[in-house]
Amino acid sequence: MPIQFLLNLLIALLWVFLNDESTFEIPTFISGFLIGIGIIFMLHRFFGTPFYLKRVLSMIKLLAIFNYELITSSLLIMKQILTHSKEVEPGIFTYKTELDNDWHITALALLLMLTPGSVVLRVSPEGDTFYIHAMDIKESKPSVLKSIRLYEKVILEVARP
Amino acid sequence: MIASEIIKLIAALMVLLGSIMAIISAYGLLRLPDVYTRSHAGTKSTTLAVLLTLSGVFIYFWATEHYFSIRLVLGIVFLYLTAPVAGHLICRAAYVTGIDTEKIVKKEKVPENLK
Repeated sequence: MPIQFLLNLLIALLWVFLNDESTFEIPTFISGFLIGIGIIFMLHRFFGTPFYLKRVLSMIKLLAIFNYELITSSLLIMKQILTHSKEVEPGIFTYKTELDNDWHITALALLLMLTPGSVVLRVSPEGDTFYIHAMDIKESKPSVLKSIRLYEKVILEVARP
Repeated sequence: MIASEIIKLIAALMVLLGSIMAIISAYGLLRLPDVYTRSHAGTKSTTLAVLLTLSGVFIYFWATEHYFSIRLVLGIVFLYLTAPVAGHLICRAAYVTGIDTEKIVKKEKVPENLK
């Protein structure tokens, strides 16, 4: 997959040379890069690997989900701060993940720190069980589990598109 | 130049919103009962608060002086990377040393070797 990106850079550079301008112009380079994207997209099935921008797209999707969760969790936590009642039940629950790569587990833990109502306390030495602290366990456990599944799906999409 | 005025106003609103959020989460740090619930306040809403403030400053300088500040973008990126790690480590240290564990009402069993 990196070979596609390198080829794309090469096409952009060639485009700059073929334009034969006196200095290196960034807009020319960018238009060459866009043309390269078109060429690589038409040819990518001959490389035998998926189109490399697909991975970039799923990264953008991950970032968008992450920002959305950050905003909703901040609103929730501010609501809980301002109207804190004694009835909330803090608690710990476990989640066994199917991810096996260290980097994927790290990314999942970072994402979980910023989802509504969950803080990762410990990760087991085998790296597959999360111990998660929830602010109000009755309310937030189902929603946290739902967003964990979503994260796992998107992380795997980034890892192997 | 009405467009740049509007952008300036949006940037100012973002900075204002960010500072209000920072105040609320600082209040939460004082008000919530134990380490773990406090870390909820300390990680999530402060991240968003600092993020909003930095983005507001970034937009302001871009609109008024056409200055694309790479340092602010780097600040935002490193904030994303470091704030959750710091929160996790504080929680983990508190849990390992056994602070406030009796305040957790409902717990699933955590194996002894992880304590």
